[in-house]
Amino acid sequence: MSEIEKGARVPVQLVLNGTAHTGFAESRMLLSDFLREVLGATDVHVGCEHGVCGCCTVLIDGVAARSCLTLAVQAEATTIETASSLASADGELNHLQAAFRKHHALQCGFCTPGILMSLTDLLRREPEPTRERVVDVVSGHLCRCTGYSGIIDAAMDAVNAGSPKT
Amino acid sequence: MSAPAPIEHAGLRPAGEGPHVGRALPRKEDAALLSGRGRFADDVAAPPGTLVAHVLRSPHAHAMIQRIDIKAALALPGVRAVITGDDIRKLSDPFLVAVKEPLPQWALAVERVRYVGEPVAVIVATSRYIAEDASELVEITYEPLPAIIDTREAMKEGAPLVHPEARSNAVGKRSFRYGDPETAFAEADAVVELTVEYPRNSFTPMECFVVVAEYRAHEQSYDVLSNFQGPFSAHPVMARALRVPGNRLRLRTPADSGGSFGIKLSVFPYIVLMGLASRIVGKPVKWVEDRLEHLLAASAGPNRVTNIAAAVKRDGRITALRMDQMEDYGAFLRAPMPGPLYRMHGASTGAYDIKNLSVSNTIVLTNKAPAGLIRGFGGPQLYLALERLIQRISVELGIDHIEIIRRNLIPGGVFPYKAAAGALYDSGDYPKAVEIALGSGRYDALVRRRNEARASGRHYGIGFAVVVEPGMSNMGYLSTLLPHAVRERTGPKNGAVSLATVNVDPLGAVTVTADAPVQGQGHATTLSQIVADQLGLDPDDITVNLEMDTQKDAWSIASGTYSCRFSPGTAVAAHMAAERIRDKLLRIAAKQLNVLPDDVELADGKARSRSNPDNALPFARVAGTAHWSPVMLPDGMEPGLRETATWCPPELEPPSRDDRINTSLTYGFVFDMCGIEIDPVTFQVRVDRYVSMHDAGSLLNPLLAEGQMKGAFVQGLASALYEEFIYDERGSFLTGTFADYLVPTAHEVPALELLHIESPSPFTPLGAKGLAEGNCMSVPACIANAIADALRVKEVPLPASPRRIHAILAGPEAKPPSTHTHAVAPSRGGRDITGRGSFDVKASPADVWHSLLDPAALKAVIPGCHSLELESENAYRADVSLGVGPVRGRFVAHVRLSDLELERSAQLSGDLAGALGAASGGGHVRLSPIAGGTRLDYDYTVTLSGKAAAVGGRLLDSAADIVIRKFFEGLARHMATPDTSAGERFLARFWRGLAKLLGGRA
Repeated sequence: MSEIEKGARVPVQLVLNGTAHTGFAESRMLLSDFLREVLGATDVHVGCEHGVCGCCTVLIDGVAARSCLTLAVQAEATTIETASSLASADGELNHLQAAFRKHHALQCGFCTPGILMSLTDLLRREPEPTRERVVDVVSGHLCRCTGYSGIIDAAMDAVNAGSPKT
Repeated sequence: MSAPAPIEHAGLRPAGEGPHVGRALPRKEDAALLSGRGRFADDVAAPPGTLVAHVLRSPHAHAMIQRIDIKAALALPGVRAVITGDDIRKLSDPFLVAVKEPLPQWALAVERVRYVGEPVAVIVATSRYIAEDASELVEITYEPLPAIIDTREAMKEGAPLVHPEARSNAVGKRSFRYGDPETAFAEADAVVELTVEYPRNSFTPMECFVVVAEYRAHEQSYDVLSNFQGPFSAHPVMARALRVPGNRLRLRTPADSGGSFGIKLSVFPYIVLMGLASRIVGKPVKWVEDRLEHLLAASAGPNRVTNIAAAVKRDGRITALRMDQMEDYGAFLRAPMPGPLYRMHGASTGAYDIKNLSVSNTIVLTNKAPAGLIRGFGGPQLYLALERLIQRISVELGIDHIEIIRRNLIPGGVFPYKAAAGALYDSGDYPKAVEIALGSGRYDALVRRRNEARASGRHYGIGFAVVVEPGMSNMGYLSTLLPHAVRERTGPKNGAVSLATVNVDPLGAVTVTADAPVQGQGHATTLSQIVADQLGLDPDDITVNLEMDTQKDAWSIASGTYSCRFSPGTAVAAHMAAERIRDKLLRIAAKQLNVLPDDVELADGKARSRSNPDNALPFARVAGTAHWSPVMLPDGMEPGLRETATWCPPELEPPSRDDRINTSLTYGFVFDMCGIEIDPVTFQVRVDRYVSMHDAGSLLNPLLAEGQMKGAFVQGLASALYEEFIYDERGSFLTGTFADYLVPTAHEVPALELLHIESPSPFTPLGAKGLAEGNCMSVPACIANAIADALRVKEVPLPASPRRIHAILAGPEAKPPSTHTHAVAPSRGGRDITGRGSFDVKASPADVWHSLLDPAALKAVIPGCHSLELESENAYRADVSLGVGPVRGRFVAHVRLSDLELERSAQLSGDLAGALGAASGGGHVRLSPIAGGTRLDYDYTVTLSGKAAAVGGRLLDSAADIVIRKFFEGLARHMATPDTSAGERFLARFWRGLAKLLGGRA
């Protein structure tokens, strides 16, 4: 592992939602800040910056991770997916997103992108999770508006409708 | 006027033919939010060159600010300004306060800090990272003062004063009397009394505060974008503080807001602060609050102590109520506080037919963060006291809880009903709603489950709560806190204005704006349903923009999204504006279709004759006439198609001479019933069944209505069982992360059975009432009642955490026995860590003593020490680096030695302060000669405050006693090493131990 001098800005190369990007970051810069402020990915929301709320969850090489607990330089040469990659190019919502709308699984929508990414990870690995398993995954996120029941119902609906288009 | 009979149904009505209003329509907001295309405040592009602010906050609950040295911070590259209270005082005035006592608050602390987290300085820099670096270089000297935290202690004679100039911590006292409560109490068969405490919490929106402020020097105006939620009564407060007329404070709100629940009102002092910062630096300034700041200092619901009593007859009938409410607003009374004490005032008797009432209200000030708006706003506090009292009456009279409710409920058929303190309940049938909820075997099943559980020795309880839920506040309610004569002098405040605008463009496209900023309720969808119905269009055809701009949009003092004013207020204004557009279009179409206006209808995107539907024109064509062909409009008609409607219901009268006040326009009804069980091992309260019956009048969109109820239910659950802002007795804040402040996750949420009946409000054209707060009010009371029933106890402290339930069941916890031969196990009160012990050292008392007094020896052995200087005899100042977990910072330490007895004993005291918080401590060291060396006896106390206490507390809890014990054990072992003097090593390890305690890299 190479050492980065304090204060030095180094290039970080990664693929974000299918497009290659290069940006510069200090070693201490959080991935969440890098994605939002350097690459303009404002669908990555910052809710607590200590890893509890889950708003900033993205997929790093296909695995859901808190981008606020990851340094930008750690994401070098990774592939990152965020919520704006879920709908089709012409805006058609995937099964999971459509189920969220149907079940009123979001209100303010601030926590929603992170929850969608955790559920996307789950449904890719386990296409037919039990309700308990879905509750388990969603419990890694805080939502203050909905009371969660719509989110769980939506996820189970998406399970029954087949895995999300990705 | 009489209320229509309620419509009864369970669950949602299916979508179908007929009007769009009332349908469970999915939201038009969702597609963008689900695709990560929300436009939240921090997503909106700020002007190039915008600087970033970081707020430096007090680590002390109460202290005088002696000196602020900003030199080192200003010298850091990228830092543009460090702003302090002195700068703010020159450019602004204190915020207006609702009471007559002097409680001045500026946007930054001036001279004195009054709570942990109070803003003391603002660093403006080119990036947030640099601003936070610089904050560690600002050196502030405080003189700590005694803090007062407990609400009741604060009211006692001799308590430390939060605002000495106010001469008391209890301000704005008022008493009210309705009917003849004295006689009722004198003639009662029994008096049932209870003291109830409502805790301090927040609903912590997932998006924190955001402000982007630009001072425009050429016109001396402020242009601000912020995720403010209203009420816009705060706008004049901000403008006054900034010393500008309202038209020079342009306040804009973004398209999306990440939740609010009342909390984002409290961004207003930061709007002023960042406006002033921009003025000082001459550039736009952006500030994004972080979560620690938010938990520490953003806002909280006020905690309340209520002494409540009922005069009751033998049959359980309540003849009078007496309430003494003491509400703790923290260190300042920010507008529009003390709202929660008065918002429910007219409805103080809840859902019960009680004619005699006395209420006394006291505002209490303590060294806690200022309270503000929060969902429920006074309701949770009122109903916890009232509903706990109802349960107590049932216990003391030996009558079923549900029977006491039945015998006191306001009967059906008497609406509109005037409650004792002046609320005019618009519609409802409370007994019917209760019986429906109890019916279909629900209550029987619950009783069966309780009986079975109890038969097998388990703790199971049933709770009820009955709530009247106000919607759309009377702007005159807060003036109830002033005596009638003063109200007359200052002009009687009353009413509540709602505004909405419908605009139709030259091609017939419809846009709606309104005075209710977005928070996530789905108001754009509901407004599109309302307007579509009037114009014969589809909701998808209607664009709704709820961004606000105080320089361009229609707004009034009551504007904002709060106190459930949308359905009874803004929605009505939109309905009225759409009606006017409709009427205008009907007249235009009548002329073009050659029929009478009465014969025209707008339907299916057309204007058509009712009698001959083939005689029709497209909506766009008719609408376009008002723009393209104004000369062809009917006589006297104004061109264009834009209508702003103003709705101000006449029922919202000012407080009467005898202090009766109709505090709100609509009053919904909520009846909750639950069964809970207490785990015998973990002492957790598990909600087994929960049923909630609502009557919110006509539901505009049942899908969204239920969404609000489910969300409020979980927030009520959080208040009942989990969430609490905790301060220790010195005012240190101990819940600064989401690992300490417990927000329920999906795992904690039980199933909720929602039931509805609809008694349309006769006071709103759509029959709708406010509905989003009821469960915040009912759930804490319902669960507390169930716990009281399960444990057969009188006091149920909330939140009913396992620790509190355990304390009820098992009594106070015994102290763990010491396993150390010499040291007594450390104990902790708040964030105090104390201990004592002794060990033997292979060095003479003279050697140890010498090192203790030698600065050179000290500097060499203190880890992370950058400099150490002798300030005066036996007083040192050291600059050290320490860390709490992953967060590190620089601290200035002051250490004093006193009570010196040569080579025998010394008192050691000191403090440590930096951006991460502060620690202060003291210890006593005694040296006594023993064979081959010295025996060292010690005792110590360390107290943490500021960030270290707020985020490090959990780590310290488990680690502190182990670390300290190991430190002294290790010290005794290592003193014998021959290469340095024993005294040096003693101090080295003392410092290293302190560093370890703080999580540093010793």
